[in-house]
Amino acid sequence: MAVKTYPKEKLLKLYHDLLLTRQFEQRLSILYRQGKIVGGLYLSRGQEAIPVATCQHLRKDDFISPVHRDLGAFLVKGMDPGVLMAQILAKQTGPSKGKDSFLHAGSKELGIIPPTSILASTIPIAAGVAFGFKIRGEDRVAVSYFGEGGSNRGDFHEGLNFAGLHKPPLVLICENNKYAYSTPVEKEMAICCVAYRAESYGFEGLIVDGNDALAVYDTMEYAVNKAREGGGPTLIECMTYRISGHSEHDEAKYQPPEEKEIWKRRDPIENFRKYLTDRGQLDESEDQRIQTQIAQTLDKAVAFAEQSPYPPPEDALRHVFANEEPKYGDRHHI
Amino acid sequence: MPEITMVEAVRQAMKEEMERDETVVVLGEDVGEYGGAFKATEGLFQQFGEYRVIDTPISESVIVGVALGMAIIGFRPVAEIQFADFITCGFDMIVNQTATLRYRTAGDMHAPMVIRAPSAAGVHGGLYHSQSPEAWFAHTPGIKVVVPSTAYDAKGLLKAAIRDEDPVVFFEPKYLYRRAKDEVPEQEFVVPLGKAKLLQEGGDVTVVTYGSMAPLCRNAVKTLEEEEDLSIELIDLRTIMPLDKDLIYESAKKTNRVVLVYEDHKTLGIGAEIAALLADELFEYLDAPIARVASPDTHIPYSPPLEEFYLPKKEDVIAAVHRVIEY
Repeated sequence: MAVKTYPKEKLLKLYHDLLLTRQFEQRLSILYRQGKIVGGLYLSRGQEAIPVATCQHLRKDDFISPVHRDLGAFLVKGMDPGVLMAQILAKQTGPSKGKDSFLHAGSKELGIIPPTSILASTIPIAAGVAFGFKIRGEDRVAVSYFGEGGSNRGDFHEGLNFAGLHKPPLVLICENNKYAYSTPVEKEMAICCVAYRAESYGFEGLIVDGNDALAVYDTMEYAVNKAREGGGPTLIECMTYRISGHSEHDEAKYQPPEEKEIWKRRDPIENFRKYLTDRGQLDESEDQRIQTQIAQTLDKAVAFAEQSPYPPPEDALRHVFANEEPKYGDRHHI
Repeated sequence: MPEITMVEAVRQAMKEEMERDETVVVLGEDVGEYGGAFKATEGLFQQFGEYRVIDTPISESVIVGVALGMAIIGFRPVAEIQFADFITCGFDMIVNQTATLRYRTAGDMHAPMVIRAPSAAGVHGGLYHSQSPEAWFAHTPGIKVVVPSTAYDAKGLLKAAIRDEDPVVFFEPKYLYRRAKDEVPEQEFVVPLGKAKLLQEGGDVTVVTYGSMAPLCRNAVKTLEEEEDLSIELIDLRTIMPLDKDLIYESAKKTNRVVLVYEDHKTLGIGAEIAALLADELFEYLDAPIARVASPDTHIPYSPPLEEFYLPKKEDVIAAVHRVIEY
């Protein structure tokens, strides 16, 4: 069988986006320790390949519905790093203008449905987006991300059933990182794999090594092409591991150290770098150039976010209804 | 002008809006070829086809969620929840996903969609086909809540709701579906959201009501006027949220006595909010405590004597009017 080859620029873009995501989160970790992030911080350390590699195949006019560990998806889909940083720092210049926390940000222009804390709830919504594309005869795709934990909720099952019935251009990405907060996957479901669930709703479920960036990339390419060509939905279960706690305040003592050690050796970015250097696609100077460029981007992003103002307090009353004038129930009327 | 029923008015509103705007789609359980459990969507599937009138599985989360997804990309979905009681199964989609979209995107995205649901009791529906859940949604920022009481209003308000840029939860009192019958013009009209209707002017007492209780109040008022020479001002809220405070205040200032009548459970219902508003802002105008006529805080029973006991009656309204006058 012929070995698949990839254009160098695609490989380097993927590498860049992976590194950008990790280093963005490293900056966030520092900002969190400095007390500059007012709420929680949920990182994707060790599972960056899933949002980053899958989004490589999406156009700006495709829609994604990411969840809280998909920071990379926002960046690849085109959100400015400074704007995303401002969102996380609760600043006026973030997409939600300080209204909601962390990655609860969206963009109509970039095709990003903002996540909410109700996990897997965005699956029926993304199914609606994909169904709308199908009705209009457009070759756009909707992609919904969720964890194995979310796949136990009714919304997952209702959404998949609808997708199976109508076969809209929907790609479902399950990030199976083995933990729902502190609950291990063995206590979440009686089967080993979320992908099995897709078949019972009448479409294909695939399992891929979520820490192998190219494997995720290839599988997504297949699913997106299929969706665009009218082949209907695919669920891709990406097997990965949450290398640290649920959030930065969670020490995750419930995760066995030996388990963590195994997965740390399976770091998706280190392994991809090795793949590239082994094949002569990346040398040290090129790597250095990419690293420097990312550091500069992030310096700029942090500066932009830090210098951005907080929203004016009375903005708490804005954007409830189309009519901006608070007419009823605002505490100032008494 | 032809006389039509409320359910026919609802159907006409959807049909006309679908003809006017091709982004309007209807979805829900049995809404397609069958025409809906109450026949509110009858004929729409045949006229507009399976991609404009979409049958869904029994999946309220999907009905609202898919509608929201479609709204995000430019459709104007009208989602039917077969009975308002089942709306709980789509509650998260309405309250946490739909209602918040404009706010959490700071206006970048919004959800122009309608969620229709037959509500309220009086048809021996039992616990799961009788509830009036408007207060749950009126309490949630970001959603408009409508409850019509006439065929004319149902048509005009539903057309306005479909054209509105905000999500609207539209409760249709099923007791009135075929009992409320009135003249509805054939030419285009809308009834604006957020405006109550002065059903009749009067000077002695203001009765504020909406939905299934409106015909009952009309009846009570008629009796009071004919038999006791009282002059009652009667207001039909039509839109629960945003509430038309202006009309209620104007009337309360004139009559100085207020009776609130609603079918929902009494505690923390819409009447509780209006009473609190009047106490807050119009206390000096009131000559008597505000009276509330509503259903007891129990579940809605099935057997005729039980359901009849449960529901507010004309005599209750008359007694409440006496109470505020005699205070």
